[in-house]
Amino acid sequence: MRHTAVEEWSRGASPLHRLNPVAKLFPLAVFLAALATAHRELPPLGIGLGLLLVTGILAARLPVLGVMLRGGVVLPFSGVFALVSWLAGDPVRAIELVLKSYLSALAVLLVVATTPVPALLHSLERLGVPAFLLTVAQFLYRYLFVISGEAYDMRTAAAARGGLTFRAASGALAVLFARSYSRAGQVHRAMLARGFTGRFVPMSPPRLTAVDLLFATLAAVAVIVLRVAVERLA
Amino acid sequence: MAPVIEVRGLRYRYEDGTEALKGVDFRLQAGESVAVFGANGSGKSTFALHLNGLLSGDGSISVCGIEVNRKTAAMVRRKVGLVFQESDTQLFMPTVIEDVAFGLLNQGMAPEVARERAGIALDQAGMSGAAHKAPYHLSAGEKKRVAIAGILTLEPEVLVLDEPTTFLDPPGQRALASLLCNLPQAKIVITHDTQFALAVCTRAVFFEDGVVTGEGTVREIADRFRWASPAC
Repeated sequence: MRHTAVEEWSRGASPLHRLNPVAKLFPLAVFLAALATAHRELPPLGIGLGLLLVTGILAARLPVLGVMLRGGVVLPFSGVFALVSWLAGDPVRAIELVLKSYLSALAVLLVVATTPVPALLHSLERLGVPAFLLTVAQFLYRYLFVISGEAYDMRTAAAARGGLTFRAASGALAVLFARSYSRAGQVHRAMLARGFTGRFVPMSPPRLTAVDLLFATLAAVAVIVLRVAVERLA
Repeated sequence: MAPVIEVRGLRYRYEDGTEALKGVDFRLQAGESVAVFGANGSGKSTFALHLNGLLSGDGSISVCGIEVNRKTAAMVRRKVGLVFQESDTQLFMPTVIEDVAFGLLNQGMAPEVARERAGIALDQAGMSGAAHKAPYHLSAGEKKRVAIAGILTLEPEVLVLDEPTTFLDPPGQRALASLLCNLPQAKIVITHDTQFALAVCTRAVFFEDGVVTGEGTVREIADRFRWASPAC
């Protein structure tokens, strides 16, 4: 099973990595709310929030370009709606859609890239997110690696035999999902064999410290001050 | 002495209609190591999955006196440690130490105790230096040893190893054989490797088309079924 860069990043040792996940989730929620409710003042606010995120990426010692590129994963989806808005004669809404979706994705990515998933999900559970939802999220996350691993193996095998044509690729996609389904079953069996009961138990349950509280407060205040300042200036 | 595993008339048919097991009878005594030989598709791995309740067929399986069924599966999984053929299937946590502690944490053990016991198991498997590495950064042999450590830490009474020498180089195979020989648990080793079986096991059974067709010492079974490695 191959793991993505984000999984590797989440294992870093920066001060941001060491924070309790709750201390990152709280300002994230404030960030998303401030961004989602912005309209007229969005461009300057977007620049300000973007700079805050870049500061966070640098503080987490993550590759700025790599993180920013991966944040673009949402653009094909939001881009379609933006295009529809643009064609319907509402370019401002189109730009808003792209900007909001990209910055939201970047903010979420920054939290995920600085927090190991078991710790993140454990914190969400403690915050009252339904366990069933978290179990689904855990398996979705784990099986993404299964699919990417199988895809990598198939691509390597195809390259060794001269590569895939477009027509062959469509058939390979079906095989990929069949193989991934089979591998996912094996992974699940291996988990059951070691007594998996439906939830991942973190090895080091995070504790909320004064530093965590201070960071959460300062980060949330920074976002709110930015939002208010931009509104006043506009 | 009562056997630690007793299987009677085990039958299993997959959803696609393939009849993988057609009435398997098998016994394993405490401390005994048994090699399971047989061609690909003869039902060996399907048999292994039944031993800790991951598959449920017709017939009866008893582990340490406990009848294996859906209700007792959790208890049985503490008794039978299953090491899968592909280590990548078994290693799914972000770091080696977390993966080895996975089963202990599932049993409700305190994280500090689980960490300590996982460390001991890693040491036993010769992998203590890799505790904080990501499993996907390890070599195939190292992954296998970590997978075994993940099972050893649960202190099962029976170890079931499915093709343990797959992807291992000869030094890795020797190290694994040495590790297994020093473990007190009863062992079932599914393998095609007769040399490895000779080093680890005292008895062997042979699977053919979903049934056990031969039983004896490893040498006897390897000779009777011409199950040695090919020579040019």
